[in-house]
Amino acid sequence: MTALASAKDTEMVEKTNSASPNRVIDIENLSLTFETNDGPVHALSDIDLKIDEGDFVSFIGPSGCGKTTLLRVIADLEKPTAGSITVNGVSPEEARLNRAYGYVFQSSALYPWRTIAKNVALPLEIMGLSGEEQQERISRNMDLVNLSGFEKKYPWQLSGGMQQRASIARALAVEPDLLLMDEPFGALDEIVRDHLNEQLLQLWAKTNKTVVFVTHSIPEAVFLSTKIVVLCPRPGRIYDVIDSNLPRDRSLDVRETPEFLKIAHRVRDGLRAGHSYED
Amino acid sequence: MTTVAASKRGFDIPALLAWFIVAMVMVGLFMPIFSPDIGVMDVPRLSICLVILAIAGVRYELGFMRNWIGDLILGLVTAIAAWLLISTVSDHAGEAALGFWALMAATWAASWLFVERLAIWKSSSPLAARLINLAIPTLFGFTLLVLWQLIVVGAGVPKVLLPAPSEIWIRLTTSVPILWADFQQTFLKAVLAGYFIGCGSAFVVAILVDRVPFLRRGLLPIGNLVSALPIIGVAPIMVMWFGFDWPSKAAVVIIMTFFPMLVNTVSGLAASDAMQRDLMRTYASSYWQTLFKLRLPMAMPFIFNALKINSTLALIGAIVAEFFGTPIVGMGFRISTEVGRLNVDMVWAEIAVAALAGSLFYGVVAMLERAVTFWHPSMRT
Repeated sequence: MTALASAKDTEMVEKTNSASPNRVIDIENLSLTFETNDGPVHALSDIDLKIDEGDFVSFIGPSGCGKTTLLRVIADLEKPTAGSITVNGVSPEEARLNRAYGYVFQSSALYPWRTIAKNVALPLEIMGLSGEEQQERISRNMDLVNLSGFEKKYPWQLSGGMQQRASIARALAVEPDLLLMDEPFGALDEIVRDHLNEQLLQLWAKTNKTVVFVTHSIPEAVFLSTKIVVLCPRPGRIYDVIDSNLPRDRSLDVRETPEFLKIAHRVRDGLRAGHSYED
Repeated sequence: MTTVAASKRGFDIPALLAWFIVAMVMVGLFMPIFSPDIGVMDVPRLSICLVILAIAGVRYELGFMRNWIGDLILGLVTAIAAWLLISTVSDHAGEAALGFWALMAATWAASWLFVERLAIWKSSSPLAARLINLAIPTLFGFTLLVLWQLIVVGAGVPKVLLPAPSEIWIRLTTSVPILWADFQQTFLKAVLAGYFIGCGSAFVVAILVDRVPFLRRGLLPIGNLVSALPIIGVAPIMVMWFGFDWPSKAAVVIIMTFFPMLVNTVSGLAASDAMQRDLMRTYASSYWQTLFKLRLPMAMPFIFNALKINSTLALIGAIVAEFFGTPIVGMGFRISTEVGRLNVDMVWAEIAVAALAGSLFYGVVAMLERAVTFWHPSMRT
């Protein structure tokens, strides 16, 4: 069974390689149904999506459209009930066990009994890295999110924005090529959020990682993404996929340009259309 | 400062206390101090006591030196008055009359006033603030001891009903070897052994219960049942199983401490939330890594709760268990036999030792808790 599965995986890797040399996520006909007491809930239905290396992809949609569920399927925190998905050419579970991605949650989920530096070290300890290597990665990644000097602080001594930056540093410390972010700035005020969005873009440009980003803010999605996936609810499905033609190197000013507004308009139309049958 | 405190409460307690002191001094001046018919002027030491109390009360009423110097003098006056009363009454045991009780009430009011003043002291240095925080309960306890001493000696309460603190103290200091042997037998052997074995095994079982679902359903109800067993019933059985010496008492302590620790640890292990567990999952963390890096730290506030409850339960269990058969040493044994011999001061001496040991034990666990769960919102400073 295992041999068969791995053979299938290799085959799939070859197939992916032939289609595109740097495909990171490949989702085909994926569905997920939760069995509840009130009958089945179709959280995701017939999802097809391809994400390439270096993409910055945003999932946007109203609450309950399955955007977080889709991200959790990629992270192997949920199992799909039908269809196929590969992450880095292997199953999500294998990708998780290979520590192929870093996951940033809605709240920072820092451990209050650990200092910021020790929180960033948490995944490194689990991976069993040497002390030196840990130290090196801690200082590098804390520097990357502008938190140098706060190593010895405890999470509850920092502001919400700093906590979330620390959790990003923790995800980056794993040094994954893929970053999965589930509304990481949802709980922050707009000024902090703008600032962190800019920093995130710089980070992405510096490291050339693939980012999958869940949000329900249209400006955030358009500002950050190279590709915007609009989802709609009941059942959760993809309504529209928009490839952004904004330059990869962008500043907050880009939000005033006609191109930006055009994309934002299309996203809003998509959200509205996906919703319209409810009224 | 005083006015702020007073306006909040609606009426000015310190001023009332000062009036009360003056009124009681008046009663002491005109009523007999000791029966039959000894006035305050016949007892020079009580005259001094009366005068300094009167000055202290009037001084506060007039608003003279309402600062820390005045407060310190008030404290000194209170201490001297208390000492004068105690040293006088021992020559007139059982003869106290209205005037004496009035002076006692004045002294008590003075001590209350002193603590009231102490409570509104503000200090910028944290060390001084800590000292004040420590001084208030200490003074409170000391006042109770003084009142106990004065009432018991002044009214001539029979020793069998309630010995005076001074008698208990004398017994305590003259029977140190016996008390030490009892303490060793009961606390250092039975309580500590039972506590560590009980809490330790409950901790291990809690991890098993958490790991193996069928144990949770099978073992927790049985644990519940065992905890409901009356200690009075269990203790004699433990004596029959494990003999007269301390192991049978340790067994009782184990039974008493096991369940609180088990239940608290099990619920502590369930305290981590879904997001924190998902986080560990994204790191492909193993069961043991998740246990040590997430779930046990998260469980620590619960575990320390149980450790604190158990620190007092263990002492009670060991002492009560000694009532059911023991070699001729041990705190429970001493209490039950000395009561029979009407040596109540020895009983009180044992109670004092038990109270001290129990408080210290609890204090050590609470300090450990502060060090380990410093991060918990209830502990953050």
